[in-house]
Amino acid sequence: MFRIARNLYREGVLGINRRNAEYTLRYNERRLYPLVDDKVHTKKIAIAAGLAVPELYGVIETPYQIRTLDAVLESHPDFALKPSRGSGGNGILVISGRSKNLYRKISGILMTRDELKYHASNILSGMYSLGGHPDRAMIEYRVRFDPVFEAISYQGVPDIRIIVFLGVPVMSMVRLPTRKSDGRANLHQGAIGAGIDIGTGITLTAVSGNEIVTEHPDTGNKITGVKIPKWDTLLKLAAQCYELTGLGYVGVDIVLDKFKGPLILELNARPGLNIQIANRAGLLPRLKLIEQLQNRTNSIEERVSYAKKHFATDQISRIEKI
Amino acid sequence: MNRLHLFFLALLLTVIGLGLFLYKFLMLDFPLVPDENAYTWNIEAHIGFNAGLKPIKVSLFLPQNTNNFTIVNENFISRGYGINTMTKDFNRIASWSIRRTTGPQDLYYSAMVRRVNKKKKYVSMIPPEIENPNFEGAYLEAAESLIAEIRAKSADTGSFVAELLKRITDPQPDYNVSLLLGKQASKPKMIDLAVRLFSKAGIPTRSVHGIHLREHARNIPLAHWLEVYDNNEWQFYDPVSGSTGIPDDFLVWWRGEEPLATLEGGKNLSIALSTLLSQEEAIYSAVERERIKKPLLLKFSLFDLPIQTQAVYRILLVVPVGALLLVILRNIVGLKTFGTFMPVLIALAFRETELFYGIILFTILIALGMSIRLYLEHLKLLLVPRLASVLIVVILLMVGLSILTHELGLGRGISVALFPMVILTMTIERMSIEWEEVGPFEAFQQAVGSLIAATLAYLVMTTKYVEHLVFVFPELLLVLLALTLLMGRYSGYRLFELRRFKELSRK
Repeated sequence: MFRIARNLYREGVLGINRRNAEYTLRYNERRLYPLVDDKVHTKKIAIAAGLAVPELYGVIETPYQIRTLDAVLESHPDFALKPSRGSGGNGILVISGRSKNLYRKISGILMTRDELKYHASNILSGMYSLGGHPDRAMIEYRVRFDPVFEAISYQGVPDIRIIVFLGVPVMSMVRLPTRKSDGRANLHQGAIGAGIDIGTGITLTAVSGNEIVTEHPDTGNKITGVKIPKWDTLLKLAAQCYELTGLGYVGVDIVLDKFKGPLILELNARPGLNIQIANRAGLLPRLKLIEQLQNRTNSIEERVSYAKKHFATDQISRIEKI
Repeated sequence: MNRLHLFFLALLLTVIGLGLFLYKFLMLDFPLVPDENAYTWNIEAHIGFNAGLKPIKVSLFLPQNTNNFTIVNENFISRGYGINTMTKDFNRIASWSIRRTTGPQDLYYSAMVRRVNKKKKYVSMIPPEIENPNFEGAYLEAAESLIAEIRAKSADTGSFVAELLKRITDPQPDYNVSLLLGKQASKPKMIDLAVRLFSKAGIPTRSVHGIHLREHARNIPLAHWLEVYDNNEWQFYDPVSGSTGIPDDFLVWWRGEEPLATLEGGKNLSIALSTLLSQEEAIYSAVERERIKKPLLLKFSLFDLPIQTQAVYRILLVVPVGALLLVILRNIVGLKTFGTFMPVLIALAFRETELFYGIILFTILIALGMSIRLYLEHLKLLLVPRLASVLIVVILLMVGLSILTHELGLGRGISVALFPMVILTMTIERMSIEWEEVGPFEAFQQAVGSLIAATLAYLVMTTKYVEHLVFVFPELLLVLLALTLLMGRYSGYRLFELRRFKELSRK
C-alpha cells in the first residue's frame, strides 16, 4: 500500500487532498467561484472579453418565463437546454430538430413541448444544480461538432478539457461520449477519455474507466493518434481564461464546432483528476515547474508556447527526470 | 507561514487540552475510566402524622457511615420545625420540634448514599456494657434453663449464638422459648428476645435495623439483624438463618430496641422509606471534594448542569468524535457517503435502535422509500412537492414499520421513530437522483459507504470509555479540534485513490 503511494508520488500523480489543499484552495479565491459555477454568468463575461462561446438564445429564470420558451424556439430549430449551474453534464437536453409538433432529441427520441417545459421547470427547481438550489435554464446554440470526432464518438458532443494553471495550459484530454455514457461526455458515466499531447494536439492513450483502450467501443475506430484541428487556437482560448476569471487552477471545457471553431462551454474551478489517467501522467511535475517560474505574467502567446515547449510528450520524460 | 501558523494553533490547542486533562486526572483524581461500582442511592424517609394542638417532638434515627456505605449529602425538609441532630450511644438521631401546628404533617429526610469498600474492620477494644435483661419470675427461670441447656451443647460464643438463634426461630419452639416469646412471635420480638437472652448469658449483643438498597423501591420494609460482640469485634448474624456476615446491599440505619421514629404530641405516625439508584459516577465525589478547595475551576463544570441537560451533553459531546472519524473516512480513506455528516446522525439514531436492528430498519426504510421515489419520478412532480411527498411517505412507512414490529412482538419498532426523518428523506432523494443520473451502482456504492461510516461512527461513539472521556474531560475536544485542523492540511493520497491511479504507478 505504501509502495503504491510512493510510486504514485514519484510519478507526480496529484490526489484530491493535495489538489484541494495546495492548488484550488491556494490559487482559486472563493469569491471568484460564482463566475464559473453559473454558466450564464461565465458566458456573459466571456462575451464581454471577446472569447468565443456558443450563442445564448435565452435564459429562463422563473416558472412564469417557461411559457416564453415557445417564442424563443420558433426562431431556432435546434438548440441545447441546460441548467445554468448544473454539474457533471446532468440535465442537459439537446434538441437536434423537430418533427411536426414534436422535438427530436439527439438520440432520435421525440419529445412533446410539454415534456420540454417540464424539463425546464425541473431545471428551475434545482434538480440538477449543486446542492439542489433553485437554478436558471439556458437555451443556447447547439454545437455541431467537428467532423474529426465523427468517427470516434457516439451521439453527444465530445469536449476537450484543458487544465490551465496560472494561465499556462498544462494537460489536456478529449472526452468522447459512448453508448454506455448515454451520449454524455462524463468519464464517470462511461465516456472515454483520451489524453492530448499539448505540443501537437495529437491524441495519446485513451481510457475507459480505468482500462486502457485504443478503439472506440461503439464505432470501432482508432482513438489514438487523432490530430485535433485548430489546436493553437484552442490552447490560446484556454489560456485566456486565466485573465477572464482570475482563477489560478481551472479546468476549461471547449468544444470544437464545425462552423465556429473552438467555443468555451464551461469552466470548472475544481477540475477532476481523471485527466491524469487519460494522459498516463501525473500533474504535479508540470504544476511545480510553473510554480517555480519567476515571471508568471507573460503574454498569452508566450504562455502557450511555453506549454507547447515544456509539456509536449517528447519533453515530458525530460521533466520527470528533474 | 500558513503551515507554521496552523501547526502552532494545533500545538496550542493540544497543550491546553492535554494540560487541563492531565491536571484533572493527576491532581484532582478524576477517573480515567467509567467506574462500574460507584453507585449512588438517593434514600428518603417520609414521616407523616397528624398534629394536635400540643407541642410536637419527632425523633428519627439516621443512617450512618459503615464499611459498605458513606452518606454524602443530607437534607431535612420540614417547614417551620426546629431541627437538631445528635449522637447517642451508637446512633445518630434527628429531632424535629415545633410549639404549635395543626393538621397533617410531612417531614422528609433525604440523603445520598454511595457505596464504598473500606477494608478496615470496625473494631472496638472496650467490650460494651451489658444491659440488664429484666427477666422476672417464670420468665427468669425459663431463660436460665434455656441458657444452661444451650451452653451445655456449645463450645464457644459462635456456636452458642447459632444454637440459641436456632432454638428461638424454630417453627415448633420448645416450652421455654414459647413462654418467653408469647403468643405472637414476630421477628422483631424474636430479635428482642435473643438480645435479652444473650445479655443474660453475658454476651454483649444488640439488634441492628436497616434496609436493603434496591434499584428503585418505595415503602421498603425494615430488615433486622443481630450484632454479637465476639473476639473484640462486632459480628453480624442473620437472626433467621443464623449465618454470619452482612449482605452487600444492607444499609445500617440504627441499632437498639427503640423504634425508627417516635412522636410526642401527635397521632397516626407513619414512616415510609424509599430508595432510588442513580448511576452518578465516582466523579461526583471528586467534584464535591475539590469544589471546596478550588472553587474556580469547577465552577464552570458540566456537573453543575441539571441531570437532564447533562444527559443531552453526554450524547452531544460524542458527536465531535464521530465527526473526526468521518474526516478520516472521507479525506484519508476516501469513502463516499451521502451528505457530509449524515452518517453521524444515522449513528445517533442507531443508539436508540441498537446496531443490528438499526441497520435493518434503515435499509428497509431506504429501500421502500427509494421504490416509492422512483415511482414518483413517473408523475413528474416539482422538486419541493416531491420532497414533501417523500417525507410524508417516509413517516407513513415508519408508522407502519413500528406497528408491524410491535405486533410481531419484536419490540424494536417503536424506536424507529427516532430516525431523523428529514435526513432519511434527503438520503432517499439524493440516492434516487444519483441512481437516475449516474447509475444504480454509484448509488449503491454511496449508500453502502454511508452505512459503513454510520456503523463505525456508532461503534466509536457508543464505546463507554469514549463517552466517559469526553464527558468528564470535555477539554479533550480541544485536542480533537487540533487533530481535525491538522487533517485539514493533509495533502497525501486517499486510500481509495491508490486503487484509482494504480495504472499510473505500474508504469
